[in-house]
Amino acid sequence: MIYSAKVMEHFANPRNVGELADANGIGEIGNAKCGDIMKIYLKIENDTIVDCSFKTFGCGAAIATSSMATELIKGKPLDEALKLTNKAVVEALDGLPPVKIHCSVLAEQAIKAAIADYYTRLGIDPTPIVGVIDNDHDHHDIGCGCDLDD
Amino acid sequence: MILLNKFVYADNAATTRITEEVLQAMMSYLTENYGNASSLYSLGVKSALAIDKARNQVASAINALPSEIIFTGCGTESDNWLKMFAHRLAKKGKTHLITSCVEHHALLHSMARLEKEGFTVTYLPVNKDGFISVEDFKDAITEKTGLVSIMFANNEIGTIQPIPEIGAICREKGIWFHTDAVQVMGHIPVDVQAMNIDMLSMSAHKFHGPKGVGAFYCRRGIPMDNLLDGGGQERGKRAGTENVAGIVGMGAALEIAVSHMEEHNKKVTALRNRLIDGLLAAIPMSKLNGSRDNRLPGNCNISFVGVEGESLLLMLDYNGIMASSGSACASASLDPSHVLMSLGMKHEEAHGSVRLTLSEENTEEDVDYIIEVLPTIVANLRKMSPLWETIQKEQNA
Repeated sequence: MIYSAKVMEHFANPRNVGELADANGIGEIGNAKCGDIMKIYLKIENDTIVDCSFKTFGCGAAIATSSMATELIKGKPLDEALKLTNKAVVEALDGLPPVKIHCSVLAEQAIKAAIADYYTRLGIDPTPIVGVIDNDHDHHDIGCGCDLDD
Repeated sequence: MILLNKFVYADNAATTRITEEVLQAMMSYLTENYGNASSLYSLGVKSALAIDKARNQVASAINALPSEIIFTGCGTESDNWLKMFAHRLAKKGKTHLITSCVEHHALLHSMARLEKEGFTVTYLPVNKDGFISVEDFKDAITEKTGLVSIMFANNEIGTIQPIPEIGAICREKGIWFHTDAVQVMGHIPVDVQAMNIDMLSMSAHKFHGPKGVGAFYCRRGIPMDNLLDGGGQERGKRAGTENVAGIVGMGAALEIAVSHMEEHNKKVTALRNRLIDGLLAAIPMSKLNGSRDNRLPGNCNISFVGVEGESLLLMLDYNGIMASSGSACASASLDPSHVLMSLGMKHEEAHGSVRLTLSEENTEEDVDYIIEVLPTIVANLRKMSPLWETIQKEQNA
């Protein structure tokens, strides 16, 4: 497995690690069986992400994408954070090995899940705003590749 | 981006360093003695004699005859040769094979191919320590069983199988017995006569020899088809110009390993026990995978729930420690190790495993350094792991 220098740097020195005590939106994606779980914490004020953090169980790429994704949405208005694609995370990390692309999809979905949680807490149905969260880890788009039937 | 000037190689089951003695034995066959062993003139004869010597060295290491040793390109090649033998047996109605579910992929994928070609294969299960049951094995034998292949010791968890028992049963029933001995050669005693082994695969780079050379032991009288047709090399069984330097290195490395086996075995076992005890004591919720006693001298395989193996390996690498993992994420396949899963482990336990394999070149300082560094790495990764958070909540509940 060969990672870019940027991936290794974010893995070795991850930004925004840990729980956020006053988070008002928390999203978790993935499962232990597949070997990666991402949890994103958001502190949202006036529709802007004023602070965010993550906790991740997973490989080097999972930790690096979590770190980069939180960097990319920090300080951003919610509508902009929702537009963050896994592709943008991959590009910001100077690429990921093909088998690790699913980690970036997890990061994108975990952010969406955290924003959805924020709206749910406000009593607002998040689906029209955030869309459907894809936590079907065996889904082709996420492509974790592990066999959930075994 | 290594933090310190530390370098601890703890992945000797993956490959080993060529020793200076082995390199010196090989060197002249890479430089001035470049003759083709099939040539009649003296330069060629030098190569032919060097191959003869290596064949003697390999044969005497396992109590075989030199004519029973065929040099190959690697352990995988040796394992793959069995497919041709299976097809020969099928002509006599012997279409059933027995193996174990913890074999190396070289063997498992060969078996899967044979299944596609119409063979029936029994994959013996293993218990929580990785042992097959001799009773299960006896029960699996049918009238159509022609060939049995059980690995001598496992590459991931180091469990040593009851090879002499399996060999004796095969001999009694008239079934051919092959063992993949890639992980054990040069580390623990192997005697093909006493153990009733008919065929055996080995690979030089696992005992401080060079990469790209292996051997296949095939008991005299067993009708093996030619693996490669061509010139008459390897008595026509495996044609192709010999890898003279590689073969010389293999012979030298195995002779050295066998002559120091007792002393190395004692040293490496002590180092390994120090490592296992040190890690289990220092890291909460850690678990040794495989048998505590009946395991390869250098093998330490431990699971740490709540963390993922690839992250562990990368952090170990930062600290100058080379290791490997049964984690899915550390491999191209994204499936956790079939060996760890066969022990009945959960996915999350298999994901959080690390394999540290020592050789006699490791020191107590190496081991103590790993014991110093690894607990902090595990603690840091657990601190950022939502899975660890869940596990702790469940424990406190």
